[in-house]
Amino acid sequence: MHPLLQVNNIRKMYGARIGCTDVSFDLFPGEVMGIVGESGSGKSTLLNCLAGHLDTDGGEVIFDTRDRGPVDTLTMSEPERRMLGRTDWAFVHQHARDGLRMSVSAGGNIGERLMAVGGRHYGDIRASAVDWLDRVEIEENRVDDRPSAFSGGMQQRLQIARNLVTGPRLVFMDEPTGGLDVSVQARLLDLLRGLVREMGLSAIIVTHDLAVVRLLADRLMVMKSGHVVETGLTDQVLDDPQHAYTQLLVSSVLQV
Amino acid sequence: MLPSHAPMIDIRDVSKSFTLHNQGSATIPVMQGATLAVGPGECVGLVGASGAGKSTLMRLIYGNYLAASGQILIGGLDVVRAEPRQILELRRKTLGYVSQFLRVVPRVSTLDVVAEPLLAVDTPLDLARDRAASLLAELNIPERLWSLSPTTFSGGEQQRVNIARGFAYDYPAMLLDEPTASLDARNRATVLGLIGAAKARGAAIIGIFHDEAARDQVCDRFIDVSAFAPRAAA
Repeated sequence: MHPLLQVNNIRKMYGARIGCTDVSFDLFPGEVMGIVGESGSGKSTLLNCLAGHLDTDGGEVIFDTRDRGPVDTLTMSEPERRMLGRTDWAFVHQHARDGLRMSVSAGGNIGERLMAVGGRHYGDIRASAVDWLDRVEIEENRVDDRPSAFSGGMQQRLQIARNLVTGPRLVFMDEPTGGLDVSVQARLLDLLRGLVREMGLSAIIVTHDLAVVRLLADRLMVMKSGHVVETGLTDQVLDDPQHAYTQLLVSSVLQV
Repeated sequence: MLPSHAPMIDIRDVSKSFTLHNQGSATIPVMQGATLAVGPGECVGLVGASGAGKSTLMRLIYGNYLAASGQILIGGLDVVRAEPRQILELRRKTLGYVSQFLRVVPRVSTLDVVAEPLLAVDTPLDLARDRAASLLAELNIPERLWSLSPTTFSGGEQQRVNIARGFAYDYPAMLLDEPTASLDARNRATVLGLIGAAKARGAAIIGIFHDEAARDQVCDRFIDVSAFAPRAAA
């Protein structure tokens, strides 16, 4: 099996300050990797570099494309990268409003992504939108409502539907359950887990919530001050952390 | 392919220590020279006083703990050196673990919690749910509870759900951590029956049983883990 994504020595500087540096890993099809660390550890910077939202100061992000095989997405042409972002890649933002168009209906938010990859038949697009609303547990009669009329949890589910409707192979998620009520988080986690398994998705999830990664991620990368300090199988890193920082992180979680 | 005479679980000279970086970097050796092998159809009981390292050895075998040295071969894969995705594949297809605690995603129904290991190896949903239902019935979990999440169940019910989940898929190798603790006589007999059936189909099993009668009924031999205690530094 070939890796879906090969990340080699990614480096991002903010002036003299390190955003992230020396980050390398392979992600295989169907694998879910969690990136954890406290605020300012560089985890979001890394995610945005990988997804092409931030320019890097070195390194490679090689994606196994459907038509051309492994290609470095950092040196891809802009239209090519944008196409990737609409087809095989998806990005779920922490704040749903960053990933949705708030002035367009729920159905339109999902349909828009289909039209961007050539969907033209209105009936098919609408049927697809309704189907996806159902999969993320939003009732069909809300299809014409704008997301601004939705609760935070619903907005997040709509954002996930909008992202997954084109059948991406790699999903980037930035704190996907952050800012939601605990009960809503559980529902979203369950939903994400089901979709990841059914669709065989690979995903990279940035979060500071260790309970979230234990349930969602196969493997873990722990970051501190822009460096990766520890990697491994999720439950091994959480049950038998090797690095001082990971030990501190794990022992700081409140038990419920 | 593994030669047919090879042990399913083959542990060689494994050692383990914990380094507590935030407590003066104290290094605590907890295991040294752990060696044992379990063949298909065999059940080995781990014995030794509380704190002797029985659960530690189980976690090393399952890959939750990182061994400092040695080899832990399960179906030919060395867990000590394997990549995370190889260990996950091993856990899906080869190595099952019935721990003492149920850890599940909230909101998922009991039926699907039990069916999940089957779905993970691409069993069709209806077949997986049928198997889950028959195990839950066998373990006397009332059918009206199947559609609910087990997170709200009593300790005894959660334990039985955990056992049903652990036996849903026919793993060639299994780790059982106190599978009969706190069960009533009827459920205890059911669990011992499940263990017997797993042995009969050729599973290699390592178990921790505080219940001596249960231990004697299913175990073919015993390993005293006190023998793997680290020797004091000279």
